[in-house]
Amino acid sequence: MEEILSLFYDNREFIFLIIVSVFLGIEVISNVPAVLHTPLMSGANAIHGVVIIGSIIIMLQADPTNYYALILGLIAVVLGTLNVVGGFVVTNRMLEMFKKKSK
Amino acid sequence: MTELLGLSILELCYIVASITFILGLKMLSSPDKARRGNLIAGYGMGLAIFATIFFKEELTPDKWLNYTLILSGLIVGTVIGTRMALKVKMTAMPQMVSFFNGMGGACAGVISLVEFDHLRHNPNPETGMLIVILLGLIIGSVSFSGSMIAYGKLEGKIKDKALPGGQIINILLLLALFGLAIWMSFTGNLSPTLLYVLLAISLLYGVLFVMPIGGADMPVVISLLNSFTGMAAAFGGFLYGNQAMLTGGILVGSAGTILTVLMCTAMNRSLTNVIIGSFGGGSSSSAKSGEQGTAKEISVTDAAILLAYANKVSVVPGYGLAVAQAQHTIHNLEKILEEKGVDMNYAIHPVAGRMPGHMNVLLAEADVPYPKLLEMEDANEDMGSTDVVLVIGANDVVNPAAETDAGSPIYGMPVIKVWNAKNIIVLKRSMGKGYAGIENELFFHDKNRMLFGDAKDSLEKLIAEVKNL
Repeated sequence: MEEILSLFYDNREFIFLIIVSVFLGIEVISNVPAVLHTPLMSGANAIHGVVIIGSIIIMLQADPTNYYALILGLIAVVLGTLNVVGGFVVTNRMLEMFKKKSK
Repeated sequence: MTELLGLSILELCYIVASITFILGLKMLSSPDKARRGNLIAGYGMGLAIFATIFFKEELTPDKWLNYTLILSGLIVGTVIGTRMALKVKMTAMPQMVSFFNGMGGACAGVISLVEFDHLRHNPNPETGMLIVILLGLIIGSVSFSGSMIAYGKLEGKIKDKALPGGQIINILLLLALFGLAIWMSFTGNLSPTLLYVLLAISLLYGVLFVMPIGGADMPVVISLLNSFTGMAAAFGGFLYGNQAMLTGGILVGSAGTILTVLMCTAMNRSLTNVIIGSFGGGSSSSAKSGEQGTAKEISVTDAAILLAYANKVSVVPGYGLAVAQAQHTIHNLEKILEEKGVDMNYAIHPVAGRMPGHMNVLLAEADVPYPKLLEMEDANEDMGSTDVVLVIGANDVVNPAAETDAGSPIYGMPVIKVWNAKNIIVLKRSMGKGYAGIENELFFHDKNRMLFGDAKDSLEKLIAEVKNL
């Protein structure tokens, strides 16, 4: 119990950040019209590719002889990049078509 | 001193990146700002990535291998990702999103594997870290295998399959997952074998979770998995005390959840109902489908006359339009009919196709003007004054059973009430069932005529006929 409370105390700033972000996410999304749902899903998909930062940190901190971390880290970097780049490019392609005739 | 400077720059970059993510999502709510929003978020992501590489740790020459690997990973990922994203057809967008989503989930899972190994070599491992790592592993892996199955199903490579007693197996797996995770956290057990068992169960759960879910529910599932990956990214943020990962992940997690709920509401089903996957199980209740009579066919010429002399025509597009790649053809028909003084619009059901907004994207590709796309509520209000409704490759979203047959699995789902219009023409390949796998009595309705054939083919013939009139 005490351990859990202290865990809570140590991470209180993160917990605040999480709560605010949850509401922010809900607020930001609730204004999106149904027309843009697919691009929105795709755009959000690209944004969670931010997980790639974790894989870069792994690679930066890994000991150059720790092949387990290096190999898995490399795989993670590739996967994360696919998520980020693929996500943004696909979203951009979808939105390009909306832009053409929005004028 | 210089290290402190670097870290300050890094944190500043993360703050900027977080702002771009929020702005990007925000700008997606208006069609003309959306593209800029996406680009802004993209730049923010690039900034966060390069700031991490240059400022997170002091760059030292003995880690040249690490840097080379990071760069090659980035290059390989960028090349493959760009190629896939540029090559994919507009109709295959949903599975592409699902695929990229799976990649993000896998990335989070792999990170957890490495960090678990780290933790094992730590003299006094923290329970908090262990919990975060395990949760990241579970959610990331479920998201990965689930997304891959969703991808395969939408691509038509995997068929719907419900295991007997699948629900019970799923619940047992879920219990085993969390039971094991909680037990490992409390006892501080850091055995790699247990970790791999956890990984295997998570992957299996993802597969079995998506497997029985029918195509009609796919949009909901992809959206849900999207928010899962968001959460997995957020756990990563927790792990590294990284605000950019945390904000990005949580934003997507909560936004994805809301989107999922919105979609469920559009189909009048609860999320639990979708997850447990009882769809399609209720087919026994439609026993009254015996006395349906026969569907009446219409010739292309008659259909063309009906359309050309109408005042108001409404098109209800569905997945069949996407499959037949008929979005440009329908736009051509629209132009020709407009020349003849016919007022034509499109009635878009929120879950028509395989993703919410799927139809809008397709029709946008064909340059159909934005104001011509009516949302379901507006379309239904207009229906009474519509002369002809053209249903193209849509089925479940125009099924009257949603209003009349309490035993139908789609009972209560809002539908486009095409039967309020004066005439209905259904363009369909055959009398086959829709994705929900249920009969549609609309086809036997007095006002309805069937025009069988491939949607694109039929539309081209219609165009030729209308031109000749």
